Amino acid sequence: MSDNPKSFEHVFVAEEFAAREALCTIMNRLVAMGLAEDQMGGAEIVLAEAVNNIVEHAYAGMEPGEIRLNARFEGPHLLLQIEDWGRALPDGELPEGQPADLTGPMDDLPEGGFGWFMIRTLSRDISYARTEGCNRLCLTFDLIPPGS
Amino acid sequence: MTLTTTAMDSGQIVTVTSPRIDAAIAIQFKEAMREHTVDGSGRVILDLSGVEFIDSSGLGAIVAAMKQLGAGRRLDLAGLTPTVDKVFRLTRMDSVFKLFPSLDEAMAADAG
Repeated sequence: MSDNPKSFEHVFVAEEFAAREALCTIMNRLVAMGLAEDQMGGAEIVLAEAVNNIVEHAYAGMEPGEIRLNARFEGPHLLLQIEDWGRALPDGELPEGQPADLTGPMDDLPEGGFGWFMIRTLSRDISYARTEGCNRLCLTFDLIPPGS
Repeated sequence: MTLTTTAMDSGQIVTVTSPRIDAAIAIQFKEAMREHTVDGSGRVILDLSGVEFIDSSGLGAIVAAMKQLGAGRRLDLAGLTPTVDKVFRLTRMDSVFKLFPSLDEAMAADAG
């Protein structure tokens, strides 16, 4: 459909500082390819949470493996595919990502568990598949039409 | 992780000078907050105007910092940049913390 598909791949090690550096590189490339400034924040939050999950859970307790990101602009969408070769998601399914419960006393306030809720809220569409030891998370974002 | 502290009559201002509070430094941030606030008293204003990005680990570290201050001291947040503001509102943490657009406004609220 697209006359000029724009895409890139970025591979990095699933380690906290390498992930931070990779995120900065990826965001710069997305912006260079035309991601609008006011859409950057949402995409960066989702990417960061998805990558953190891989670093902290998929590769937990093992040698940090690779994370492979593919980004593609297609029509009015930005598609991000994130692959890793760590453990599968629990039950092989995407977590529900309920909003955190903030109703209790201060000492009971959650210090985590915000990630999947933000991923689900900020992306238009999300899918997960586990194939031959590979976790593949696909995320779709709506883009503001150019020139609008 | 770099924080700087400025004393006020009614408490202190802690300024975050790192551009990101993310998974890589969340634990250090919580510890640094403890070190900067443990000997103080009163309200703490956390100046986030230099922070461009925060993730859920960073958000959790700010919640932890509030808890370790104890019930007698408030932690208010000032100068949230767009992405940081988005994270706080999305997770409804804007109902837990008082968010001020700027440090000046946070300090003015202190006087009033």
